[in-house]
Amino acid sequence: MTTIQSSTFATKVGLARMLSGGVIMDVVTAEQARIAEEAGAVAVMALERVPSDIRKFGGVARMSDPRLIQEIKAAVSIPVMAKCRIGHFAEAQVLEALEVDYIDESEVLTPADEEHHIDKHGFRVPFVCGCRDLGEALRRIGEGAALIRTKGEAGTGNIVEAVRHMRAVQKGIRQLQSMRPDELFAAAKELRAPYELVRQTAELGELPVPNFSAGGVATPADASLMRQLGAQAVFVGSGIFKSENPERYARAIVKATTQFDNPEVLVEVSAGLGEPMRGLELSEIPVEERLAVRGW
Amino acid sequence: MAPRSPDGGDLRGPISRIGVLALQGAVREHERAITEIGAEAVRVRLPRDLAGLDALVLPGGESTTMRKLIDAYGLREPILALAHAGAPMLGTCAGMILLADRIIDGDEPVFRLLDLAVRRNGYGRQLDSFEADLETPGLPGGPLHGVFIRAPIVEDVGRAVEILARDADGRPVAVRQGQVLATAFHPELTSDRRLHRLLRQLIADRAEARR
Repeated sequence: MTTIQSSTFATKVGLARMLSGGVIMDVVTAEQARIAEEAGAVAVMALERVPSDIRKFGGVARMSDPRLIQEIKAAVSIPVMAKCRIGHFAEAQVLEALEVDYIDESEVLTPADEEHHIDKHGFRVPFVCGCRDLGEALRRIGEGAALIRTKGEAGTGNIVEAVRHMRAVQKGIRQLQSMRPDELFAAAKELRAPYELVRQTAELGELPVPNFSAGGVATPADASLMRQLGAQAVFVGSGIFKSENPERYARAIVKATTQFDNPEVLVEVSAGLGEPMRGLELSEIPVEERLAVRGW
Repeated sequence: MAPRSPDGGDLRGPISRIGVLALQGAVREHERAITEIGAEAVRVRLPRDLAGLDALVLPGGESTTMRKLIDAYGLREPILALAHAGAPMLGTCAGMILLADRIIDGDEPVFRLLDLAVRRNGYGRQLDSFEADLETPGLPGGPLHGVFIRAPIVEDVGRAVEILARDADGRPVAVRQGQVLATAFHPELTSDRRLHRLLRQLIADRAEARR
C-alpha cells in the first residue's frame, strides 16, 4: 500500500533547505534569468522592476505580468519565485496557477491589506516572508510561511538594516534559549507569536524553517557578512543588475556566499570587480518611504 | 561492551571521516545524519578538503549551481580520483544527477559514476513535490518514507545497477553500483538512516578488504 502526498509542509520547507548556501537573484527579463542561472544562482525572483527602480518610479507596486513570469520560467531550469503584495491572496492564487516554485509575500510591493497577511496554509505553493525580528518571523511561520528572510531595506545597496534585522532575530532566539520552560508562555505573549512555535524555536536554537537574508546586499563581502551572522542563503535584488558588470558581480556574490568564511576567496572574487550599485544612506530615506516597516 | 553511536550502531574501529560536498544545498542535514551514525562529517569546498576522506556525500540542492561551482573550484578531477580509488559515494537528488552517466535534458553529465539515465525535475516542479512510502527490494527493514523535491526521474538503468527502492510506478528511486549509492529522494530530510548506514557499511567492507 503506497500513500503519496504532494505539497506537504515538509516538501515546502525541503525546497528552502535545498536552496541553502546559495544566492537568489532578482531578474526582470528572461535574458537576465539566463545570466543569473549561468552565474550559479540557485533560484531567480521574477519581477518587473528591481527594488531600487520601484523606489524611483513610485506609485503602486504590484505582482508582475504573468507573461513575464512565464517567459522567465521557460528560460531557466532553476526554481522561479515571484512576489505578491502583502495580504493579496488573489495575486497569490494567480502565481500558484502559474506554477511558480515559491511566492514571496513581499513588503517591496505596496501592501494590499494593512492588518492581515495571507493564510499561507491554504496554498500548495510554498511562501517566503520577510521579518525584522523574531516575533514577526514566528507570526509568518504561524500563517504557513515555509521560509523566512530578514527584510533589510530593499533597493538601497546598504547592508545596515539587513544586519540589524538578522541580529534581532538571532538575539531573540538566544533569549528564548536562556529561559525556563514556564517562561516561554509569557515570551510568546510578548513576541505576539504562537506558543508552540516559540517552544520549538527555544528547543531547536533556530527558527523551525530556514532563515535567509535580503535587502541591501551589494557586494561579495556583504553576502559573506550575512552568512556569518547566520543567514543560510542570500537574496540579492538590485545589487547585481544595477552593478557595472552584472555577470562578474553575480559570479562573485555566488562564490562569496559559498565560501563565506574563507577570506582568501573573498579577496580573489572582490578584486577589480568594478562599481557596485550606487547605495542609499538610510537617513536620506523618509520613514514613510521605508519598505521594511510594511508587514504586521 | 563496544561503544555505540547515538542510533545504536557499533563504533568499534576508527571513526569514519565522511565528506559532504558543501558548495550549496542540504549540507547541514547530511552532516547531522553522518554524526548520528557515529561518523565524522567533513565539509568539502576546496580540493584540499578531500584529503583523508573515507567516503563522500553529494547532497541535494541545485545541480546546475553545483556543477558550476565544482568546476570553479577545480573539484571535478580530485573527486573522480577519490571515487576511482574506491571510496564509497552517496548522491541524493542533485547528487544523483551529478553521478549519472546520462542526463536526458541535454546537460553534460558530470562524474559518470553510475550507469543510469536521469531526467532533471522529472517528477515536475515544486507543486509536484511529494512524500511517499517506498518499496525497498534492496534494503532490509521494510518500506522507506521518501521526500521528493523537484526530483529527478531515473529513466533507464544499466545491468550493473542494483535497485534498492522503487516508487509507486516501479521506477528506481534508490540504487547501488559497486561503491556508489544514489537516491532521487532526500534521506537527509527524514530520520531513517538506512542509506547513511549502508554508506558506512561500504566503508567498513573496504577497510576489511584492504587488510
